[in-house]
Amino acid sequence: MKLIDHSKVLNHMKPRLSFNVFFRFLFLLATLFGLLVLGILLYRIISEGFPYFDLHFFQSLPSRHPEQAGVYTALIGSIWLMAVVAPVSLILGVGTAIFLEEYAKKNAITTFIQINISNLAGVPSIVFGLLGLTVFVRALALGSSVLAAGLTMSLLVLPVIIVASQEAIRSVPKELRQASYGLGATKWQTILRVVLPAAIPGILTGGILALSRAIGETAPLVVLGLPLFLAFLPRTVFDIFTVLPMQIFNWTSRPQEEFRALAAAGIMVLLILLLLLNTIAVLIRNKYQRRY
Amino acid sequence: MADEPLKNHSIQDLISQKFKKRQSGFSFERIVPILLFLTALISVLTTIGIVLTLIFETITFFTRVSIVEFLTAKRWFPFSETHGSYGILPLVSGTLKVTGIAILVAVPIGIASAVYLSEYASEKSRRIIKPILEVLAGIPTIVYGYFALTFVTPILRSVMPGLEIFNALSPGIVIGIMIIPMIASLSEDAMSSVPNSIREGALGLGSTKFELALKIVLPSALSGIIASIVLAVSRAIGETMIVTVAGGSTPTLSWDVTRSIQTMTAYIVQVSQGDVGYGTTVYYSIYAVGMTLFLFTLIMNFIAQFVSRRFREEY
Amino acid sequence: MSETQAQMSMNENDGNKLVYKTNGLNLWYGENHALKDIQLHVVENEVTAIIGPSGCGKSTYIKTLNRMIELIPGVKTTGEILYRGRNILDKTYPVEELRTKVGMVFQKPNPFPKSIYENVVYGPRIHGIRDKKILDQIVEKSLRGAAIWDEVKDRLQTNAYGLSGGQQQRLCIARCMAIEPDVILMDEPTSALDPISTLKVEELLQELKKNFSIIIVTHNMQQAARISDKTAFFLNGEVIEFTKTSKIFSNPSDKRTEDYITGRFG
Ligand SMILES: Nc1ncnc2c1ncn2[C@@H]1O[C@H](COP(=O)(O)OP(=O)(O)OP(=O)(O)O)[C@@H](O)[C@H]1O
Ligand SMILES: [Mg+2]
Repeated sequence: MKLIDHSKVLNHMKPRLSFNVFFRFLFLLATLFGLLVLGILLYRIISEGFPYFDLHFFQSLPSRHPEQAGVYTALIGSIWLMAVVAPVSLILGVGTAIFLEEYAKKNAITTFIQINISNLAGVPSIVFGLLGLTVFVRALALGSSVLAAGLTMSLLVLPVIIVASQEAIRSVPKELRQASYGLGATKWQTILRVVLPAAIPGILTGGILALSRAIGETAPLVVLGLPLFLAFLPRTVFDIFTVLPMQIFNWTSRPQEEFRALAAAGIMVLLILLLLLNTIAVLIRNKYQRRY
Repeated sequence: MADEPLKNHSIQDLISQKFKKRQSGFSFERIVPILLFLTALISVLTTIGIVLTLIFETITFFTRVSIVEFLTAKRWFPFSETHGSYGILPLVSGTLKVTGIAILVAVPIGIASAVYLSEYASEKSRRIIKPILEVLAGIPTIVYGYFALTFVTPILRSVMPGLEIFNALSPGIVIGIMIIPMIASLSEDAMSSVPNSIREGALGLGSTKFELALKIVLPSALSGIIASIVLAVSRAIGETMIVTVAGGSTPTLSWDVTRSIQTMTAYIVQVSQGDVGYGTTVYYSIYAVGMTLFLFTLIMNFIAQFVSRRFREEY
Repeated sequence: MSETQAQMSMNENDGNKLVYKTNGLNLWYGENHALKDIQLHVVENEVTAIIGPSGCGKSTYIKTLNRMIELIPGVKTTGEILYRGRNILDKTYPVEELRTKVGMVFQKPNPFPKSIYENVVYGPRIHGIRDKKILDQIVEKSLRGAAIWDEVKDRLQTNAYGLSGGQQQRLCIARCMAIEPDVILMDEPTSALDPISTLKVEELLQELKKNFSIIIVTHNMQQAARISDKTAFFLNGEVIEFTKTSKIFSNPSDKRTEDYITGRFG
């Protein structure tokens, strides 16, 4: 007794196969959509910003006259910000990762710290701005300074570095550690001389990812009260300053076409900076990958 | 001779001397764990700092504005000494409108991309496409804001003449584009973890790849997919610059997506940019709004964690 | 095996219909020549066993019979495999159609993470059968056919992952039978099972061969001897000997077959 009519099954085959082809095409389109948008976005920015994108643009202070305006102070400000965020977030992030991976026992406290880190990664950046405003700008009276902004940003990107460093440390082969212990090395010696060097590519990649995030962020810095433009440079970390995204925000918010074009030129500078950072990350990864 | 300097002390002697030194007095071995613990504490302190800051300043706010008004009033109009009104609902509705549009854009496209990458694409094209999508996720939000205002809004206005310059639609769509990689990448991870033996089982019965994806892979990876969507919602709720630049600053309680709006995040930016005095009610209001925002995203993150832990598939 | 030998084994069964005719099949994984000039014919309603040492190409061959092999990138084939007279290696032959007629049971049980009922009706459903009554009948018939009905009839809606390994494998056989295929391919279906489950599956095969043609890969020589009508011995991607099971185990014509069967190598 046959329950299945195979001629019907065969008839049913054609629409099924066409469905498959159709949806395959649809899914491919969806995938290409993201790539297409990326292309349009980059094309728009370059075509709009290119007329302003010259040496003069890099060397000039912001100005009310679009043809004279430049990103000098903002670009230098972004570099100041990186100079604070990089060491602070790396020390805190890698320290936390080492503690969690190498020293902490698997108890309630470490679980709590771990859950806390993943929740912190989900807190909107503007809320970090409110924290920075209260603690660094007001309570510690740092004002809208390089240091206040740098510390706020360091806390913001901390989860990124911690998670990346944890993964890097975890992936160091056990044999390496045992070889070191076998020679009588202490725990800290082993970590410093064996584990960390082996984990460096992963840590640095995470660090650069975090730094990219920090120099692209705008919202928390607005809350900290950074000026939208500034005609002088900071001399110490306690001075007021501004950064590229703030300057871009300023130009974008103006109704005149010329300022929109300036914004596009500013975005080009920001994207080039990001591209540089990511190229470094790729280079680091490639250089170290050959070792294992 | 190479062993000349070792005449009096063998290497073992040297090591044991060093070892004694290490055990007495100042010792890295004992101090380092404490230092590392302190750095680990910073992340906890950050959370505590955020919570306490929000709580204290919000309490100050509620000594001036009643919590009932905050939660139920239908008007948000803080910049008037005499007729001020602090009803959070218009800001929440702005946020929800933008988030809803973003999700409508990102979920179908993100999941379709994930299916394509995990079920149809060759290993080679997957290795090319995934990093490019991740670039999309790494673009600063201010750049997306610029894109929304100067590109997407004009295009939308050319097909929808009634659309205001500032509206919910354009930033909603652009946030959607921004979170596509997040949904695509996390969902693809969930789908790829469905074992190949199960795929073979389905294909061996004569499934097309589409049937395999729809009836076997998607249901099996559902918890991961849902978690990715919830995280994307959380991200959209907290997004600031796109809505600030392209959404406007008109808090209104409505479901109209063609008009100027204000989200919770955009309000905080607006106040921060202006010269509002420290200690005024408006100053404290950004903390109350920030608290609301924080609770929204916190709940989303907990849901995401719950979903992915509770419903994790064990193959 | 030479052309004439293949011809011989065909002629012996002149009255029976051929399901599969494999002519001069070669297969490469990239540079690795895994199947060499295979000649092998499968007769309807028989159990054909494939034996041979590890890595000789048994799985490769059986996966080529329903083109599952295409899932592996970089695979090239030449020659032809005629299934009921049509060359399945021809790309215009839809794999989906082939696989509805040629079912497969895998080495490790691979039920879907769904209920027992959903596992069985998956195949019929995708082929367009929606009628609940017919689906229920199919479930009972298939599960009975796979000798697992009595064990699971009271928990059809529970997850298939709750079953034991042996039960899962019989469920997979039922799932395969549910679409009433013409041929069932089995790649070491009992290697992940305990002896009792193995026995059950073997008994099952004797029943199944009344309705299906079966091709089974096995490492277990006794199993091949017990259950199959014909046996093919593979070595280094070649068919060394293919003939009646009774003959191959009592009086193999090739020295290498004899060595393998008597356990002198492999
Ligand atoms: N995915 C693959 N890619 C490349 N080579 C493969 C692949 N699968 C199998 N091979 C090679 O093809 C040859 C035959 O492998 P196959 O899996 O068919 O052997 P087998 O007879 O099934 O062995 P076993 O008894 O261990 O299952 C082997 O040399 C193997 O290395
Ligand atoms: Mg095999």
